[in-house]
Amino acid sequence: MMDESRRGFIGKAFGAVAAVGGIASLIAMKKTWDPLPSVMSAGFTTVDVSGLEANKLEVVVWRGKPVFVLKYTEDMKPTDGRNVKIGDHYFSVMIGLCTHLGCIPGYEGDKKLFKCACHGGEYSADGKQTFGPPPRPLDIPPFKLDGVTLVLGDEGPEYKAMTAKA
Amino acid sequence: MAEFKKANSVGEWFDQRLGVVNFSKVMMSEYWIPKEINFLWAMGMILAVMFKILLISGIFLLMYYKPDVNMAFDSVNYTIMQEVAYGWLFRHVHAVGASVVFLIIYIHMFTGIYYGSYKKGREMIWISGMLLFMLFSAEGFSGYMLPWGQMSYWAAYVITEIFGGIPLIGDELVVWIRGNFYVADATLTRFFMLHVLLIPLAILGAIVFHFYALRFPHVNNESGEFFDYEEEAEKFKAGNKKGSKVIPFWPVFLSKDVFVMGIFLIFFFYLVFFHYGFAMDPINFDKADGLKTPAHIYPEWYFLWSYEVLRGWFFEIAGISGKDLGLMAFGFANAIFLVLPWLDRSPMVKPANQRPYFKYWFWLMIADLMVLTEFGKLPPTGPNAWVGFGASLTFLVLFIALPFITKAEAKKVGGK
Amino acid sequence: MKEFKILAVIVALVGITYYGIEPYAHSVMHPEVAAADFTFKDVKNVDTTLAGNVENGKALVEANCIACHAIEAAGHPAVMPNADAAASYGVVPPDLSSAGRIYDTNYLANFIFDPVTAMHLEHKYTPDSGKQFPMPSYNWMTPQEIMDVVAYLKSVAPKVSEDKEGHKATFEAACGRCHNMKYAGIEATTPTDNLKNYMGATPPDLSQYIKSRGEHYLHSFINDPQVLLHGTSMPRVGLSEKAQEEVIEYMEEVGDSKKAERESLGLYVMGYMVVFALFAYLWKRKIWEEVH
Repeated sequence: MMDESRRGFIGKAFGAVAAVGGIASLIAMKKTWDPLPSVMSAGFTTVDVSGLEANKLEVVVWRGKPVFVLKYTEDMKPTDGRNVKIGDHYFSVMIGLCTHLGCIPGYEGDKKLFKCACHGGEYSADGKQTFGPPPRPLDIPPFKLDGVTLVLGDEGPEYKAMTAKA
Repeated sequence: MAEFKKANSVGEWFDQRLGVVNFSKVMMSEYWIPKEINFLWAMGMILAVMFKILLISGIFLLMYYKPDVNMAFDSVNYTIMQEVAYGWLFRHVHAVGASVVFLIIYIHMFTGIYYGSYKKGREMIWISGMLLFMLFSAEGFSGYMLPWGQMSYWAAYVITEIFGGIPLIGDELVVWIRGNFYVADATLTRFFMLHVLLIPLAILGAIVFHFYALRFPHVNNESGEFFDYEEEAEKFKAGNKKGSKVIPFWPVFLSKDVFVMGIFLIFFFYLVFFHYGFAMDPINFDKADGLKTPAHIYPEWYFLWSYEVLRGWFFEIAGISGKDLGLMAFGFANAIFLVLPWLDRSPMVKPANQRPYFKYWFWLMIADLMVLTEFGKLPPTGPNAWVGFGASLTFLVLFIALPFITKAEAKKVGGK
Repeated sequence: MKEFKILAVIVALVGITYYGIEPYAHSVMHPEVAAADFTFKDVKNVDTTLAGNVENGKALVEANCIACHAIEAAGHPAVMPNADAAASYGVVPPDLSSAGRIYDTNYLANFIFDPVTAMHLEHKYTPDSGKQFPMPSYNWMTPQEIMDVVAYLKSVAPKVSEDKEGHKATFEAACGRCHNMKYAGIEATTPTDNLKNYMGATPPDLSQYIKSRGEHYLHSFINDPQVLLHGTSMPRVGLSEKAQEEVIEYMEEVGDSKKAERESLGLYVMGYMVVFALFAYLWKRKIWEEVH
């Protein structure tokens, strides 16, 4: 005959074993929902900036969002914390979604400003809002420099320095 | 097992094996419902019928729908809408039904609040009902993504983005929910699974639970009177049908339900055939494009009030950003109805209009929800933003004040 | 009766909410714009009251137009295949067979005189944009000569039937150089790459535009795109009211092909539900007699 406490112990031990199995399955299920490796690796977009023309907007797609890369001309003044120097030139690297309601602003090269057609918001070439409803400057995506190549999706020292200043 | 006697009829054959006679008594002919009710008591049955309509129309849509970002839009708008015989009808029924079911849910819910049908033993009915509301919300949200139109995409984008506001894990949580950095194929396929399998299963379970929860405290009645169901049932069975305060579920209660449902379905089919724009937004007939944001993004109408609670907080208070405040208010708004039975501190079970303080609270709450719904759709610019903030704040204040109001009411009416 | 009172309260509350989130909210988001103008009265360089001479027009067209334009209906085939034409001009020049039928007379005459102004594309073809519209202005022609050309184009334009086939012909002539209509198997005659370059963006597929934009919007938009979408590179096409109606009809026939079935079936279903509710009421009354 088994005494009461021993039966209680076996019951609890079995409960613990079952719980371990249950938790392990939950972890497995959580991982099944994680983004796939192919998705994760597609989360980085590289842009070779050496061939870009100054004052002409380059739009690349990064994680489903448009990213603006704008090469400054010699006479455009860079803003601390908003522009990054790659080689001899300054660049604006920004997520191309209006911070008001997420439309994609267009770049007007002659006036050197971004204009959002949806509600008339305007940004200067460094992405600071200058007119209309946008509440904050255009967001800067995490990036890393690899020579003249811009890698979007990784946080490099230049990015960290910029966000520290902004 | 006792030996089976030879059955004398088909009915008896089944009764021997399944106990159908007793079962139908328990479930139908001797399941007692109060007699003192009005047509609002039919909303539950209308909801059950609507769920069935959605399930059936959904099954037909499922046969032709393709959950793939490249094929979804055309499988809905060409294959189903234009090629499949009556495919358009099933889609209209499904889309309009999904919208109208929320209208009935809200009527059902506010009927419960008005008549105090959530307390004094009926707490589990209320909680299971709120659980159903949440499941239907998830079902509506996941289903809205499937046609893969512009509004499908951007509503999914904006709503999943909300989770990004949760401290620490927010950003990763959003990516985890979407299965990608943005709303993409992985998002569509997993929401498809949720919409056609997991959530409907959960809804079925919750409906059974909701019905079961009704059986012990019984259905409330128009005056909130508590009486002895056993005694009244005996009266009815003894033939005193006019004197009894109860009626059997079948056929008496259901006959009224079916009539109310008939009237409702005239209205429903009018919407399905002739006035479906409110449930099938024109913008959603543009294929999803992650690089082109529609000028106005708004959720379906039944989410507008809680969306506006979220949006109403647009400026920083005490160092907390508007976004975080909105998120907190949003979380509060979505959880607070669940604990309503414990916020109402008055023991009185009566229609709101017969309760000295609660009546003001009730109608203010309805008015506030209407304002929130309306401004949840309007662009949040200029004075609209302030109205939204005011209504959002009012919502919080109303629910925080409810325990005090009802406590005072309880004191005023004394033990009555 | 009490139940009617309750119903009235619910109908009122639902009605107010509905009004707010549907008609009212949409009127805020999409303000009314100026009514469509099918006389195109803003362009008036050519006196369109002049009667045109078909014979003279024929000579002028053959001397000035068919070097670039096909006029199949008058026996002038396309000068080169679409891909080559798009490469040379940016966009495939239209076959003028139906020009006399689908365009408004005043518009057509003024278009020949000065295309860019007629199309409301002055913002695109600014002097410093470096862009030039492929067709030159024929402002050296006299108004009489222009009206002769118009008269000739009208005389060669084939009539089309008042049905889906006819609507399709109008749609293809009016929209088919730039827009796809996937659900009808129509592909733009100009290749996509050329179009993107020429227009700045790929013109949208119009299969579901009758649903996503709706008849009301299309009515103003086609008449003058700048009114609703300021700055768009889509030209004002200059369709006559009738031709525009045919285009919209066709978009509906393709994009909402089950409309007629929906509307007739709707009446039957609602009729049935009325009968259903009536019988349900009689049954309910019968059953409740016993308990009331």
